[in-house]
Amino acid sequence: MNYKLDFAPVIDALPALLLGCLGTLWLALAGMALAIVIGIGGVVLRDSRIKLFRWLVIGFVELIRNTPFLVQIYFIFFALPLAGVRLDPTPTAIIALGVNGGAYAIEIIRGGVQSINKGQVEAGLALGLHKLSVFRFIVLKPALRAVFPSLASQFVLLTLTTSIASAVSAYELTSVAKRVESDSFRSFEVYGVVTLMYLVMSWIVMNILNFISSRYISTYPVK
Amino acid sequence: MGKGEFLFLLQGLKWTVVLAIVSFLCGTITGLAIALLRTSGYPAVERTTAGYIALFQGTPLLMQLFVVYYALALYGLKIDAWIAVAIGFTLHASAYLGEIWRGSIEAVPRGQVEAAKALSLNYFWRTKDVVLPQAFRISLPATIGFLVQLIKGTSLAAFVGFTELTRAGTMVSNQIFKPLLVFGIVGLMYFALCWPLSFFGSRLESKFAAATR
Repeated sequence: MNYKLDFAPVIDALPALLLGCLGTLWLALAGMALAIVIGIGGVVLRDSRIKLFRWLVIGFVELIRNTPFLVQIYFIFFALPLAGVRLDPTPTAIIALGVNGGAYAIEIIRGGVQSINKGQVEAGLALGLHKLSVFRFIVLKPALRAVFPSLASQFVLLTLTTSIASAVSAYELTSVAKRVESDSFRSFEVYGVVTLMYLVMSWIVMNILNFISSRYISTYPVK
Repeated sequence: MGKGEFLFLLQGLKWTVVLAIVSFLCGTITGLAIALLRTSGYPAVERTTAGYIALFQGTPLLMQLFVVYYALALYGLKIDAWIAVAIGFTLHASAYLGEIWRGSIEAVPRGQVEAAKALSLNYFWRTKDVVLPQAFRISLPATIGFLVQLIKGTSLAAFVGFTELTRAGTMVSNQIFKPLLVFGIVGLMYFALCWPLSFFGSRLESKFAAATR
């Protein structure tokens, strides 16, 4: 091997790469927020009395979980303009990430909701609590508490998935890395360093989620 | 979309399947080695394999493919793109399967190993005839789940220029300007591949759950 590793182009590009890291974290956190909303809404529809809603949610979850994210993001990227929604690549990627993460979130949160004792709900209704309050305090919060670890690991996975958003040239670390690579031809060095940056970011995201868990989720009283 | 384009997509589908099978088989062998090293009882070995697993679970699959692909090129190895990505997927699979199987090996009741030791079975027979058969059963749903993840993951080989299903889809879509139709069909092909596996996996899971209750 007579190739000499040269990290100088990577060091020169460090500010751009770090900005790319911020882009990745933004994509990941925004995607997670959307995924949580889709997840909770999906669970409500999934267990609603209307059969059509139930089947739509089941179909949505199965479809998303059994197709690659790359195909999903391409589809959304081309479908949104046809639906009259013109968005930049980055918001498009956030929508795709949210939809993808949402499907997994529905499955996970539903597992938690099913673990709630029916008697608790009946007790809440008997005490004259509003249906929404029963859902919020007796069903949703304990359910989230129960499944938060699985949800958190799914969200770390979502953070790693953001790299695929470079396919539609959303602003994030991988697309910055591609640009640096094509300017310098130091492919191995660039991607090696960027891989380590992702390792750090998945650690950061895990800590953010653990903080949220210890601050808001696990403080909710058990049963 | 004409017949020719559809056949081209089917060609891509074939390569997706080949890539997934090759990576899964090679990943099974290396993953088993990782799982056994991870549970070997030697702290240094366990820590090293734990680090290996953490590295692959903490970085995007796309980056793993890029690094492997360009590292091989760095050594001047002239190999086909598909072998390079197969090596990348194999390493990825070895880490994930290693972690799944570590969990399953540890889930086998302690008494089983102790009984085997009392019967003076050595490590090889203890592992082969006592631990692994039970661990295999426990791990099956998660292993199938990972296989589905791997099949979907092969779509990333498109990034390094390997023409599997997704890249075939991109090429056809650029040709006939009907991205929704093309990616819809591509998505359905993946779905046809993955959904039966997912279904089988969750069936097994609920069966095992009922058996251990």
